[in-house]
Amino acid sequence: MPMVEVAGKSFEVDEEGYLTNLNDWNQDIAVYLAQEEKVEMTENHWDVVNFLREYYDEYQIAPAVRVLTKAVAKKLGPEKGNNKYLYELFPYGPAKQACKIAGLPKPTGCI
Amino acid sequence: MSDMMDDMDEGGEGVVKKFMFVNRKAPHGTIYALEGLEVVLISAAFDQDVSMVFVDDGVYELIKGVNTKGIEVKDFSKTYRALEGYDIEKLYVEKASMDARGLTEDDLIVDVTVLDSAEMANLMAEQDVVISY
Repeated sequence: MPMVEVAGKSFEVDEEGYLTNLNDWNQDIAVYLAQEEKVEMTENHWDVVNFLREYYDEYQIAPAVRVLTKAVAKKLGPEKGNNKYLYELFPYGPAKQACKIAGLPKPTGCI
Repeated sequence: MSDMMDDMDEGGEGVVKKFMFVNRKAPHGTIYALEGLEVVLISAAFDQDVSMVFVDDGVYELIKGVNTKGIEVKDFSKTYRALEGYDIEKLYVEKASMDARGLTEDDLIVDVTVLDSAEMANLMAEQDVVISY
């Protein structure tokens, strides 16, 4: 497995760049993973990433994009819980990119 | 499996079929429970009429207060609570399986419908596809 070095510590990622160990995650790593995805983290990005961390903690899975959108709408409001908004933040797929930045495994039920 | 694919092809697009996933095994020790759950989560993307059934040791999959630290595997019992968000809300358990293991609905991590064996048989007979683990 490849290793990456962030802020003087090294971390294992899988062949697609997802963090191997959920517990290794911190904000520095999130910023690093976001750079790899060419995403510049703003407060709005952090809201979604932190939401995903909470979702994973509660359900032990990374949600499919449809489920993520619905859950974000419920938590952060309909102006954020829609495809347009989430794809603007994460152009290559909110579930895939935001999950990666949040240090989660690839979403279940993502096609 | 090939029969199932044939069935799906015949229907064409937009046809909703009744899919039932039957869980018969304890959550850990084999991969069936976790893999079966993942199949159900993926199936949600196809907008079908999906139900899950828990019979025999499968009822243990839904038990509350699981701690898997000692066996060093992931506790995926919380994931059953995510099913609602995937619009999979038809969860059935068989009463005889619960009784034989001294369990009641209060011991389970999600809301379920408890059916007796005859009701369960009728429900299975109504399905287009039944997949059993």
